[in-house]
Amino acid sequence: MSVRVRLPGVLAEHADGQRSFEVEPPPSTVGELLDLLDGRHPRLCRRLRDETGSLRRHVNVYVDGENVRTGQGLATPLDPDSEVQVLPSVAGG
Amino acid sequence: MTTLLAIGTKKGLWLARSEDRRSWTLDGPHLLMQEVAAVAIDSRRSTPRLLATGYSEHWGPTVLWSDDVGTRGADGTWQETEEAPIRFPTETGAALNRVWQLQPDSVDRPDVVWAGCEPTSLWRSEDGGRSFALIRGLWDHPHRADWVPGFGGAAVHTVLPDPRSDRVTVAMSTGGVYVSDDRGENWSPSNSGIGAPFLPDPPPEFGQCVHKVAADAAGPSRLYAQNHPGVYRSDDGGASWTSISGDLPYDFGFPVLASPRTPGLIWVVPLEADACRVPPAGRLRVQRSRDGGDTWSEVGRGLPDGYWGSVLRDAACVDAGDPTGVYLGTRDGCVYASADEGESFVQVAAHLPDVLVVRAAEL
Repeated sequence: MSVRVRLPGVLAEHADGQRSFEVEPPPSTVGELLDLLDGRHPRLCRRLRDETGSLRRHVNVYVDGENVRTGQGLATPLDPDSEVQVLPSVAGG
Repeated sequence: MTTLLAIGTKKGLWLARSEDRRSWTLDGPHLLMQEVAAVAIDSRRSTPRLLATGYSEHWGPTVLWSDDVGTRGADGTWQETEEAPIRFPTETGAALNRVWQLQPDSVDRPDVVWAGCEPTSLWRSEDGGRSFALIRGLWDHPHRADWVPGFGGAAVHTVLPDPRSDRVTVAMSTGGVYVSDDRGENWSPSNSGIGAPFLPDPPPEFGQCVHKVAADAAGPSRLYAQNHPGVYRSDDGGASWTSISGDLPYDFGFPVLASPRTPGLIWVVPLEADACRVPPAGRLRVQRSRDGGDTWSEVGRGLPDGYWGSVLRDAACVDAGDPTGVYLGTRDGCVYASADEGESFVQVAAHLPDVLVVRAAEL
């Protein structure tokens, strides 16, 4: 079993060119997943959360279609086969 | 001799090149959709290094460098460290928002680059701008709680390392001017004589909203400050300041520039007033002084009439040419260059995003 991560195209260059990849063994929370990604793809991870560990304000993370901001945030649990999608929020001008 | 002009905007970086500073070719965008609020052309090394900040509303701030974009344009490559180049230590509980200033140190310290950042902080790189360390003396300063953000955010936006000593002068908004004589260990406010009309009298020891500081060609003991409002000069390294606004028709603005070649030669880009931040009568012009601000005259043939924006604090610069070149960028994406000390300007670019910073160097 593995957690699938899906990224917007603009971030692929920071994940060895991948827009989608699997992480195994599956981490149990979003926070654990980001910690793991920080070790593998630090340039990617620092675009998702700042040095305090907080998700950046205009970054949304969905677990199986649910925004973690409306759930338990970084403590949101992952199932062994969850799909985690990163999407930029509507921002800018 | 090629002059390289780096133009940082809200949505990317453009580069302009000229052999005579009158006819320019434009190359870009680089770093498209990244806000480039600070850029430096580090010409201390055999291959000039471009340093630029990239900021995304989504993905946050970073610092990039290139050793060949300056010479190869679009064929060059940008590089970025794996780990964040500027990262607040965990115990501060702070997170970097923006990098507003990248300032290479002197030729005698060829790998030292300073960064002024938001939240208000100063950083020093000892490896040419790849990684930076927080200057704790300023971060831990007891005045910090009283440094209030201006509209542009709370930031160190000006860094002036003295090439002949361990002195470093910074300016922050708000907070004002601070000076360290030991490369950043200890800091003292240095605002005596600078007004703060947005606070009750008398003017405070610190808390001024100094928009920009420039050092005279004769050396860093003579400094100029564009304040909010007022233009000031210090002849004692910032220990005391006196107004040089007397002969100026308008004393509000953001940049102040000093020739690196000719002592006493300085420029400001006036706006009508704090409450009316547009060029007087919509005429973008420059005020120039040849005597350290005792007298001023309007120059800027070729600059536009009917411009109702501003020139932001780093959207103006000078080069090291002879005579000194002067460069302005506007919020409607135009860039102007003068090869004759501001007397006349040619348009280098138009219709770019808002210009946040310009920097020029001879390659």
